[in-house]
Amino acid sequence: MDVYVLQLFNGLSISSILLLVALGLAITFGLMKVINMAHGELIMIGAYSTYLTQNLFKDYLPESMFDWYFVLAIPVSFGIAFVFGLILEMSLIRFLYGRPLDSLLATWGVGLVLQQVARSIFGAPNVAVKSPTWLDGGLRIVDGTLLPYKRLFIIALVIVCLAAMYVYIYRSHEGRRMRAVMQNRDMAACLGVSTRRVDSMTFAIGSGIAGIAGCALTLMGPIGPSLGTYYIVDAFMVVVLGGVGKLVGTVLGAVGIGMFNTLFEYWTNASLGKVLVFVCIVAFLQWRPMGLVAMRTRSLD
Amino acid sequence: MQLKKMTPRRLWILAGYAAAAAALFSAPMFVSDFRLNLLAKFLAFAIVALGLDLIWGYTGILSLGHGIFFGLGAYAMAMYLKLEAGGGKLPDFMGWSGLKELPLFWQPFGSFGFAAAAGIALPAILALVLGYFTFRNRIRGVYFTILTQALVIITTTLLIGQQAFTGGTNGVTGYSEVLGFPLGSPDTKRALYWITVAALIVIFLFCRFIVGSRFGKVLRAIRDGENRVRFIGYNPAIYQMVIFAISAGIAGMAGMLFVLHVGIISPSMLGIVPSIEMVLWVAIGGRGTLVGAALGAILMNWAKSEFSTAYPEGWTLFMGLLFVIVVVFMPKGVAGLIGQINFRKKRREPNHEGVRNPAV
Repeated sequence: MDVYVLQLFNGLSISSILLLVALGLAITFGLMKVINMAHGELIMIGAYSTYLTQNLFKDYLPESMFDWYFVLAIPVSFGIAFVFGLILEMSLIRFLYGRPLDSLLATWGVGLVLQQVARSIFGAPNVAVKSPTWLDGGLRIVDGTLLPYKRLFIIALVIVCLAAMYVYIYRSHEGRRMRAVMQNRDMAACLGVSTRRVDSMTFAIGSGIAGIAGCALTLMGPIGPSLGTYYIVDAFMVVVLGGVGKLVGTVLGAVGIGMFNTLFEYWTNASLGKVLVFVCIVAFLQWRPMGLVAMRTRSLD
Repeated sequence: MQLKKMTPRRLWILAGYAAAAAALFSAPMFVSDFRLNLLAKFLAFAIVALGLDLIWGYTGILSLGHGIFFGLGAYAMAMYLKLEAGGGKLPDFMGWSGLKELPLFWQPFGSFGFAAAAGIALPAILALVLGYFTFRNRIRGVYFTILTQALVIITTTLLIGQQAFTGGTNGVTGYSEVLGFPLGSPDTKRALYWITVAALIVIFLFCRFIVGSRFGKVLRAIRDGENRVRFIGYNPAIYQMVIFAISAGIAGMAGMLFVLHVGIISPSMLGIVPSIEMVLWVAIGGRGTLVGAALGAILMNWAKSEFSTAYPEGWTLFMGLLFVIVVVFMPKGVAGLIGQINFRKKRREPNHEGVRNPAV
C-alpha cells in the first residue's frame, strides 16, 4: 500500500517539476511559435541566481537570517531570468518570427554560449545550494511513509505559479491582449494591440518562469552549467503532448508524462521506462495529433 | 532524362567536380597517415550531411535525430568488428556484465554481409516507422523535430542502460581486423579511405539524381507549400517517409565507415549535441545545395579538429555564435552567400524560390 502512495507522490513530484519547466515553454511556444532551446539555460540562470543570493546572505547578513534567503531567491531568480529573456527577445528572437525551425537552431546556439559563459564564471563542477532548514525533514503519513517537505514545497510553488499565470492570462488586460495576439495576430494588431510589446512581455514572462524553475531545482540537488539540458527535451514533450494554447493542456501533459514515467520506471527500469513513455506519446499522437487540448481553429497551418 | 546543353558554366562546374574527385583520390600521396585518417572521418561526416540536406534542405523537415541513424549504422559495423576481433569468444564487456553467451540479436552480426546490410537497413526501417506514425498524421515542423530529439534521448539512455548488450557508456571498441585485413595497417587504412571517397561520390551522384528527378521536384514542392501539394493530389506523407528513410540509410552507411576509420563508437558520439552539430554543418555549408552541405561538413570538422583541442572553451563559444549568425544572417549558408554575390553581379530577376506568404 505505502509503496503505491510513495510512487504516486514521486510521480506527482516529477510532474510538478516538469510542469514548472514546461510552463514557460508553453507560453513562448504557444503564443509566438518560437522554439526556445535556450530555455534550459534560462533555468540554469535562475539556479545560479539562487546560488548567488545564498552567498550574499551568507556573507553579509547575520546567520539567523540565512534560512530566509530562499524566500527572496524566488523573485530574484524570476527577475534575472526575466531580464535575460527580454534582452534575448529584443536582440534575436524578434528577427526569427515565422521561422520556428530557425529559431530552434539559433536559440540552441545561444544556449551553448550561455552554458560556456556560466562555465567560465562559476567553473565546470557543480555547486551545491544549501536548502533552508525549514525545508528539511518531511511529512509523516500513515505507516511511516515520509513525504519530503522540499518536494511538497515544489508542488505548492507550482500551484502558486499556475494560479498566478491563470490570473494573468485570463483575468488581466495584458493577458487578454496576449490571448488576442495568439488567436489572431493580424486582427489584434488592427485593433490597436502592440503585438511587438506583447511578444516581448510574453517571452520575458516565460523566461522568468524558467528562472523560478531553476530556483526550485536547487532544492533537488547540486547545480551546474548544463542543468537545463536534462529537462529541456522532456519539457518539450510535455508541450507536444499537452497541445499549445491552453494552460490546462500543459498541466495534463506534465502530469501524464510524470506519472507514466514513474510507473514504467517502477515496473521495468529507468532506461526502458523512458522508451515506453516515448512509445506511449507517439501512440497517443496517432489519436490526437495536435495534443491533448488543442485550440480550435479553422486556419490551415 | 533529356540532355542538357553544355554551356561554358556547366563545363566549368563539371571540371570542378572532376578536379575535386581527383584531388580526393590522390590525397594519400600527399598527406600523412594521421591526416588521411582524419580526412576519411570528415568524408564520412560529409555523407551524413548529404543525407541530412535531402530532408532538411530539399524537403523542409528538420531532423535532430540523425545522430541515432548514424549511430545505428556505426553500432552494426562495430558489432561485426567486435565479434571478428573476439574470434568466437564473447566480447569482453559482456563478460564483465556477467553474460554467459552471445545474445540472440548479436549472432547474425558475425557475418560482414549481414552487418553491412543491417547498417543501412536498420536506420532506414526505424526512420520509416517513425515517419509512418508522424507524417501520416500531419505531425510536422517543430513537432516532428522535437520527437526526433526525444528519440535521440531515449536511444542514448537505452544504449547506456543496457550495458551488457551494448557496452554502456564506453561503447564498443577494441577491433583488430575487417574481412581478414588488419585495421591498423596503413594499407588497409588507405583502402578504406578510397572506399569512403568512392562512397561519397556515389552518394553524391545518387542525391543529385533524386534531387533532379520528378520525385525531387515534389519534395521541393512539399517544402514550399505542403498543403498545396496535398490539394493537387499528391500524398506528401509517402514522399516524406521515403526521403526520411533514404536519408537515415545514408547516415547509417556513413556511421559504418566512421567506425572503420575511428575504431570506436560510444553513446556520446550520437547524442543530442553531435546530432545538432550535423545540422550545423548543413546550415553553414548551405542547405538546399548538395555541394554546400558536403563542404560544410568537411570544413567544420577540419576547423574543429584544428581549434577545439587548443581552445576548447573558445570553440564552444564560437560554435554557439556561429549558429546564431548563420541562422540570422545567412540562412542559405556559405553556398547561398556565394550564390547571392553571383546573383547580384549578373542580373536582377524575381526570386522564385520559396513562397513567402502562401495563400493556403
